[in-house]
Amino acid sequence: MIRFENVGLRYGMGSEILRDISFHIPERSFQFLSGPSGAGKTTLLRLLFMSLKPTRGLITIFGKDRSRISRQELPLLRRRIGIVFQDFRLLDHMTTYENVALPLRVRGREEASYRNDVTELLKWVGLGERMHVLPPVLSGGEKQRAAIARALIEQPEILLADEPTGNVDPPLARRLLRLFIELNRLGTAVVIATHDLGLMEQVDARRMILANGRLDIYD
Amino acid sequence: MTEQQDEDLQDGPGADDTGSRPKRTQRKMAPIVPPQNIAGRALVFVIAIMTFLSCLTLGAVTLVRDTASVWENQIAREATIQIKPSDGLDMEAALASAARIAGGFAGVRDAKVVDREATARLLEPWLGSGLDIDELPVPRLVIVTIDQTSPPDFAAMRQMLQAEVPGVSLDDHRTWVDRLVAMARTTVTLGMAILALMLSATVLTVVFATRGAMAGNGHIIEVLHFVGAEARFIASQFRRHFLITGMKGAAAGGVAAMVVFIVFSWWSSLNLATPQADQATALFGNFSIGASGYAGVALIVLLVGALTAATTHLTVVTYLHDIDVRHPDGG
Repeated sequence: MIRFENVGLRYGMGSEILRDISFHIPERSFQFLSGPSGAGKTTLLRLLFMSLKPTRGLITIFGKDRSRISRQELPLLRRRIGIVFQDFRLLDHMTTYENVALPLRVRGREEASYRNDVTELLKWVGLGERMHVLPPVLSGGEKQRAAIARALIEQPEILLADEPTGNVDPPLARRLLRLFIELNRLGTAVVIATHDLGLMEQVDARRMILANGRLDIYD
Repeated sequence: MTEQQDEDLQDGPGADDTGSRPKRTQRKMAPIVPPQNIAGRALVFVIAIMTFLSCLTLGAVTLVRDTASVWENQIAREATIQIKPSDGLDMEAALASAARIAGGFAGVRDAKVVDREATARLLEPWLGSGLDIDELPVPRLVIVTIDQTSPPDFAAMRQMLQAEVPGVSLDDHRTWVDRLVAMARTTVTLGMAILALMLSATVLTVVFATRGAMAGNGHIIEVLHFVGAEARFIASQFRRHFLITGMKGAAAGGVAAMVVFIVFSWWSSLNLATPQADQATALFGNFSIGASGYAGVALIVLLVGALTAATTHLTVVTYLHDIDVRHPDGG
């Protein structure tokens, strides 16, 4: 589904942040992306999300060469990728329901056509009772689940999550992990960027470890 | 994290049952860009002031151009034939001959000899009444009224007059007209330059004010970008808000400028035939900027509105481009 071949990335004239990165993310796969802070996990996620272009190497996403994807094509391809940010990035003036429905709204869909889907998804992530409240009154865990629901509403083929358990306590982290596993079981490939070793030990999944700009993979 | 929410997750996905809750009234979806995020009032004021000043400048240019045109036409409407007295010259015959020659040219509507009485009246302020015109070597005049749409060939007229009438000279007021035209053109050019500067300042003010107002909306643009919204969708969300804001300010400034011109025009007509109004009218006409002036003001209003929308569009597109090249936050 996504393939990196000898990918390198540098900003300006600085040294390479990522060097000779090669890996393949198959469909329905589950992997952790780990490494110390500043190792380049977020940068790698942004490359996966096509928010950055590599300075060298080849990235193939959904069978397309990243360097040949036009700006007009990008939004359409991004809709096939769900992304969860560490800081949630929910819009405070919109309710949980409206935040989750946003990806469908920007596609110009009528609310009546997706109301049930959004409501069902919010119930699935345990926010059925909180769908009409604004993000500032949600707890950290609720915000995280709302952000996950927003990333899932378009039924993406792959979900990228950046430190999804970084702002929650261990019990909630375990529950969020179960949510990702359930999602993966339903057919979505999952990449979780985390430096929480405890979280990774709970699942027997592929580990991609970034250190000093290089990537080691432990299947 | 409340106990209820813990329960929700503990029981796994799909365990949340809201069927027993009373049905909520479906509220209208919140706008993607909340109106309060647009620094509305300050932006409206800035745009209103800049539009007002631009419209005043345009009105002033229109006023000067129209007045200069009136001056030019008034002078260009007549030419003067002057015959200087000399020994043995039959002045009356020379005047009649000059009038006949001038009247024979195409483009001359009338050639009228200024008679003795009229000439005496012309000199009365300097030489007093009871003047015998024959006692003084006073030049005599023939006033030639010209068809402005197709003026006569002054060079040929001058040549023919000089050939047939001794001591004659033809003044077609060209020197004055040329000077006035030059002055009017300089004034209008200057006014247009000032207007161009005003519009440039307005453009830059609108650009900076819009960018400033946009600064607080970066997070919304980013989220829309990351949920797969197309650039034109994101831009349209902001453009609509800023177009309304821009049009509000521009309309307020334009209407204020129109009110100023209407008040001046009204004041001018109210004080008609008073010395100060006559003086002002002589210089600036009747302060009416006419239909073209008002059309210009309306055009500036539309221009400023469109400019605000275009600036917003460009700012959003630039911001989206920046998102893709900005450094990540580490991690």
